[in-house]
Formats: sequence, C-alpha cells, structure tokens
Amino acid sequence: MTTEFNIVAGLQRPLAEVRKMFRDRIGTVHAPRPNELYVDIPLDLAAGFCAHLHRKWSARLVSVFADDVRDAMNTAFPFPGVDGLASFPPGGSGAPAVPPNGGTTERTGDDAKPRGVAAGVPHRGVFHLYYVYALDQRHGFIIARAAVPADKPEFPSLTDAVHGVNWQEREIQDLFGLKLLGHPNPRRCALHDDWPEVFPLRKDFDLRTKLPPFQGPRHKFREVEGEGVFQVPVGPVHAGIIEPGHFLFSVAGEPVLYLQLRMFYVHKGTEKLFESLPVAHGVRLAESISGDSSFAHATAFCHAVERAAEIEPPPRARALRTLCLELERIYNHLGDIGAICTDVAFVTAHMHALRLKERVMRLNEHLTGNRLLRGMACLGGVRFDFDESQLEQLAQLVATLQPEFAALVELIRDSSGTRDRLETTGVLTPDVARDLGIVGLAGRASGVDRDLRRDFPHAFYEQLRFDIPVLTAGDVQSRLALRREEIFQSFAIINQVAAGMPDGPIRTAVGDIPPDRTALGYVEGWRGEIFHWVRTAPGNRLARCKVKDPSLQNWPALTEAILGNIVPDFPVVNKSFNLSYSGTDR
Amino acid sequence: MFNLLRESLRAGIVTTSYPATPAAVSPHTRGRPEIDWSGWRDVRPAAAVCPTGAISHVDHDGRRTVQFDLGKCIFCGLCAEADTSIRMTNICECAARSRGDLITEAGYTLKPDGAHDRMISPPSSRTLPLDDVAREIQARTRKLLGRSLHIREVDAGSCNGCEVEIVNLNSPVYDLERFGIHFVASPRHADMLLVTGPVTRNMELALKKTYDAMPAPRLVVAVGACGCSGGIFGENYATRGAVDAILPVDVYIPGCPPNPHALLHGILLAIDRLPERT
Ligand code: SF4
Repeated sequence: MTTEFNIVAGLQRPLAEVRKMFRDRIGTVHAPRPNELYVDIPLDLAAGFCAHLHRKWSARLVSVFADDVRDAMNTAFPFPGVDGLASFPPGGSGAPAVPPNGGTTERTGDDAKPRGVAAGVPHRGVFHLYYVYALDQRHGFIIARAAVPADKPEFPSLTDAVHGVNWQEREIQDLFGLKLLGHPNPRRCALHDDWPEVFPLRKDFDLRTKLPPFQGPRHKFREVEGEGVFQVPVGPVHAGIIEPGHFLFSVAGEPVLYLQLRMFYVHKGTEKLFESLPVAHGVRLAESISGDSSFAHATAFCHAVERAAEIEPPPRARALRTLCLELERIYNHLGDIGAICTDVAFVTAHMHALRLKERVMRLNEHLTGNRLLRGMACLGGVRFDFDESQLEQLAQLVATLQPEFAALVELIRDSSGTRDRLETTGVLTPDVARDLGIVGLAGRASGVDRDLRRDFPHAFYEQLRFDIPVLTAGDVQSRLALRREEIFQSFAIINQVAAGMPDGPIRTAVGDIPPDRTALGYVEGWRGEIFHWVRTAPGNRLARCKVKDPSLQNWPALTEAILGNIVPDFPVVNKSFNLSYSGTDR
Repeated sequence: MFNLLRESLRAGIVTTSYPATPAAVSPHTRGRPEIDWSGWRDVRPAAAVCPTGAISHVDHDGRRTVQFDLGKCIFCGLCAEADTSIRMTNICECAARSRGDLITEAGYTLKPDGAHDRMISPPSSRTLPLDDVAREIQARTRKLLGRSLHIREVDAGSCNGCEVEIVNLNSPVYDLERFGIHFVASPRHADMLLVTGPVTRNMELALKKTYDAMPAPRLVVAVGACGCSGGIFGENYATRGAVDAILPVDVYIPGCPPNPHALLHGILLAIDRLPERT
C-alpha cells in the first residue's frame, strides 16, 4: 500500500503514528488541504484519540461541533477530492509538489474507494461529530470525525479531560439533541431551561419556527453554603454599556469564593441562519457575529469558503486584509486600555484613549466606508482598494498616533494608584491558563505563547516580521501591558505592509462553489483565534457553518481569575478579558 | 500630575460642534443609499444582492410595488454596485419617529421580461396612523424630558457593534454630557431606554422587566438595523426581531451600526432638541 499525502511536514509523523497506534480503528484519512487533515474515527475512540494527540503531539482541542447529515444528499464520502482526485494527483516522489489548495484522499492500491470502515458506506442516518485539533508547533490541524447513529443519539463527553469543551458539548446536546454521556454538568446551556424541547440545528427544524411563550422552569444555580456566605446576582442587564450575561457571585465578606456564569442571552440562531443564506450574504452575517471583530470574523468566514472553493485571494487583497485586521486590533486595544483605566477611576486616561480610538475609527471609515470595517470583506479578497492618498493617510495616522500613544502609556505608568489596583488583581496563572486552553491575548498575558499569525500564518503574515509579546504574571496589569505591546507591534506591521504593498487586483473571482466540501478557515482576531468551518451545499450555499469565537474558550479564565478578588474589582477583571457575549452565544 | 495636565493641554479641545454644524464625515463613508425612483428600470438585481431584504418587490396584476426599507438597510453598498439607479450617500443621520417613515414604496407597470416600465405611483413613505392621544403623549413626554435626560442602555441581542459606537458617545469627541444627557446604571433612574437588537428569546423577559422598572414618562429608542427591523437576523426561532415587537418605540435609528453622529441625532430627535440648521 502506498500512501501519498500532500500534507505539511509537521503532520506526517503524527499521522503515521496515529495509524500505527489505532490501525484498523481509523477509517478514511483525507487531506483536502496540506494543513487540514481529516481522520474518521469510531465514536468510542474519541477520548483515546484525543488523549494520544494531546500527550504525544501537544495538540489542542480547539473546537467540537456536530453536523446533521442524516439526510445528506450525497451518499458518498462528503469530502472533496474523492472524485476530483484526478486534478490533484498525489506528489510522486514524496516531495510536496502539489498546488497549495490541492487535496488528496488516501487510496489503497488501485481501488479508487476510500479505505476503512467508512468506505462506500452512505452517511444516511447519522450525525457527525467533529473534533478539531490544532498542532501549533507543527502548523497543522487534525480533524477527527465520528459518526453518531440517529437511532442512538448520544456521545461521550470529553469535558473531564479537556475543560474547554464544557459549553461546546452542551451546546451540541441542546441544538442537536444528542445526549451527553459522562458530562459533569450536562444541563441546558445555549437554549435556556425554559425552552421547549427543540433541536434547532437539526436539518428538519425550520429556522423560522415561531416558538410559543416559554413555560419551562427557570434556571437553578448551584447553592453555595457556609457561614457568612451569601450570593450576589448580577445581570443579565448590566450597569454599563455592555452585553448581557448573568453572573452569580458567592462571596464571604468581600472576596469572591465562586462565580457562576450563565450566558447565551444573545443567542440569535446565527449558525442556523448561515444555512439559509447564499454564501455571499454569509459574509455580511459573519460581520455581525461579534461587532468589535467584524472584519476578523468575516475574514475567517471568507477564508473557510475560499479554501473550500480552492481559490486564493491575490497578494494585494491579503495585504489589505492584514491592514484591516491590525486596525481592528488597534482600535479595540485602545478602547480596552481606556476602559480598564476608567474601571479603576483613572478617567483621564480613558478619555485620551477614546480620543485616539476615535481617530482610528474615523480612518477605518475613510478607508473602508465603515468605522467597524464592515462591508470591506468579500469572498476572494476585499471590496475596496486603498489608493495612494489613503495609504498616505494611514501612514500619517500611524506616525502621529505612535508618539501620542506612547505619551498615554507614560501617563498610565506614572499613575501609581492605577498600577496598585491592576497589579496582582485578577490573576490567571500560566498553569491554569494552559489547563483551560485559554487563547488569544488572555492566554499570552498568562504565558501561553500562541498566535495564529505566527503558527498558522494567514492573510499576509508569513511575509512580515513581528514579535508576539508574551507575559507571565497573568494579572490585569499584564493584560493591559500585552495590549500596549501589541499595539506597538501593529503599528510596525502596518508600516511594513504599507511599505511593501503589492500591486495588482484585490479580488479573485470565486465562481461557483463546489458542493459537499468541508473547510476550516481561521484568523487571529484581536481577542484571539477565530475559526469558521463550512460544509458547502449546492447552489452556492452552505449546509453547515460552525463559528468558534475565542470568547467561548475564554470565559473559564474569568471565573478562575476572579477567585479571591473582591466584588468591586470584578468590572476591571472582566474588562481586562473583554470577551464577546455575542461571539459566545451567536 | 504635571504630565497629566500637560497631556490634557496638548490634546486641546477635541469635541465636535455637531449638531450645530453638519457631521464631518469622509466622502468615502457609506450612509443611506439614494434611489433614482423614476429612472429605476429593474429592482431585481439589487434585491438579489441585498443581504437583509431591505430592497424587495411584490408583483401583482401587471403591476410591481417596490419597497426600500431603510430600517433593514446595513449600508453595505452592494445594491449600488449592482444597479446604477442606486447611489450610496455619506448621510448617516436617518432617525425617524415612525417605523413607516423608514419605508419607501413606489409602483411600476411590469414588462413581460420582468423589468419594470413606467412609474405609476411615486415614492412615498408608508405612513402608519398614530392616533391623536398617542401623538400628544409623545409630544408631552419630549417636552418633559427635553432638558436633561438619563439613558439606560439595553443590549437585547446585538452583536455588540452598536455598543462599540454607543460607548463612543462618552468620548471627548462626542461628549454626550454637554447636552445634559447621561448614561445611568439603573432603569429606575432612566427616562430613555436605548435598545439594541434583535431582541432574542433569551432577552425578551429581561427587556420587558427593564422597561417596567422605569418611571413614566419614558422613551424608547431602537438602535441599529437589528433594533429597527431585526436586521439580517430577522425573526427566527431564537429572536423576536425588532424592538417594537416587544416595546412601544419612539424613535428608530437606522445604521449598522449607526455612527455616533447618527446616534446623537436620534437621541436628540427623541427629545425634540435638534437645532434648526439653515
Ligand atoms: S446598502 Fe442597504 S439596500 Fe443596499 S444592498 Fe446593502 S442593505 Fe441592501
């Protein structure tokens, strides 16, 4: 048997090992893209597979989600490449000489059918579970797929081993009606307790279903008891201008003993909605997953669809995407730095930060027509080019903002009262951060050295030189300082991109998107890693779009970091993470 | 301390003089689309690319009614790329007191090939009747609350884009406080509820309770395409759509999100404090 996979070098050993270890238990192996390797596994292998990847290859389970293919139109293996193999033959001599988007599926001898348990078996009557693993140092993703029979709709929980999937698993249970086995707290999550029993992400559920008024029981929080212990409920409507969520503090005197979160107040049926829209409209919907990350989410979505369609945006488009991603990072970081200061009563700094943020947002509007960079993203590239004068204005902005921001940094550094409040407040230790799989800036402020811009370069990042600041104290001060350092890096990135701006078109024609393809898109947004996974359907539509915002991963960081802190420090600790409720709830 | 003062002095006054002077926005800004109604020959290409259904049509008996709903529009500009009868303006201040004011309709005769022909009824906004009592109560509320206003903001389901811009109203550039307008922490202190949507099923109850906790008289302002109409989300299993599906709304502020000028304009419209500009 010969196996030629066009996969990145880093994935080759893990693949060989996995096959040696699990042998016949592994079904079809498929690599539609060099850094995206799919492996079919039986459901009862999910935990063992996860443990192996984690222990042996430091793989992170970045997303778990389900897909309803009980009535999938195609009965063949719903991955691309099986039929299209002729156009992307495996590299002959083992050298990865296949085009970047080329896909390969394993074959056994001359048999054109995929090998393994799934070979030739139609997917009728099953749900699929997908487990997406990132192998950061190896620059590749391994995606395990397990079938859940419709007549036995249950799946084993991995939460005890991987805490980060707690809500993700419960969400699958709520939205697909697949029962969780062995979950430590298998209660409702995405659909609140008072909802009737409906499974919105099943294909036989209509998006526009009008549900009657909810009559079910209200949520019962866990009781926390003890001498002098009392509970403080907050939300879902908060005192400030922020998104809704419910926090229940259990306190003894001032310090917080335990924090319970209740989210999904702004669950909007977004993933279901993607299935009803033409792909092009999906870009606009992606902009509305988390408004402060409009461009990052839209770009992750485009990235997924572009990978499915095997097209690559032209260099200038990728450069423009990079500029916009960094502008998004700068304006959000500026706002957060200000808000953190205001939460410890240093309002002057906040005002300066807002003033600078306003300048960035106005430039966003001048460059892209919208202050939140909305309308800029599109499939195959970007919609608007920056002309010479706009690029000049961008350079100007960076040149003037840099010293002004430095002055603001100085101001904050001078304020010993502010530092006192921020240092040692809301500590997330590196051990805990790693254990919880905390991502993005919150992770990097707690020693978790990961950034998709470096580990899985997208857009234009592989052509740039920049640092990924990492701090280890894990307190509010670190998260503030990390933002500060990242802003300086963003300035440098913008200058580099602008200096070497490639010429040429800003958009590749997308054409018709082939159905029955799956693809993972990813972007390091300002908050952290964003994943969009799509399965395409006929007629330029999507059969499934899974969205993973870093916030979903990071809420447990807040519940850990607040322990032992006083309730009045909660706002600043919360702000220092600034997670997106809408990104979480969708 | 010295640095603090120096920085403030160096920054100088950055506050906009809006609304006394027009909003200073870039010519590249995408505001409301402008439609050449009488010259419009075919609505279908624009309707096909419009992601929110803001442009729609109904054909009946050889006649086509075309509708443009500013309350649904996210100012993306895709229609203007597809159709030369539509042009994007940079006008963002579109707030209106009635939902109907945001909807424009025109009638055309239909050609066999599906394009339209002659305009037979000129564009007009869809006026929704407001009874006299309601009108009077609104006017008196505006008068009562005109001087100083306390706002409670409620995110009833937004993507947080509207919140990004609402927060900016507190920046020194827009400085809402110069109008005597403040954001307050409790609905019990509030005269106005500034609501972003779409209202989700999971927030419906909290929104109602927040409203009920406010003392009368009170105003409700629906913010953004989602607050005005449900936006790209519309109504689905998880959302109720527009804010006015739940609460009586006094002013609608279109945009996705409305920029701070548009928000200011809408809030001042709600309390009758927009200056006359010549
Ligand atoms: S600008 Fe408004 S009307 Fe035009 S396509 Fe976009 S949402 Fe539709």
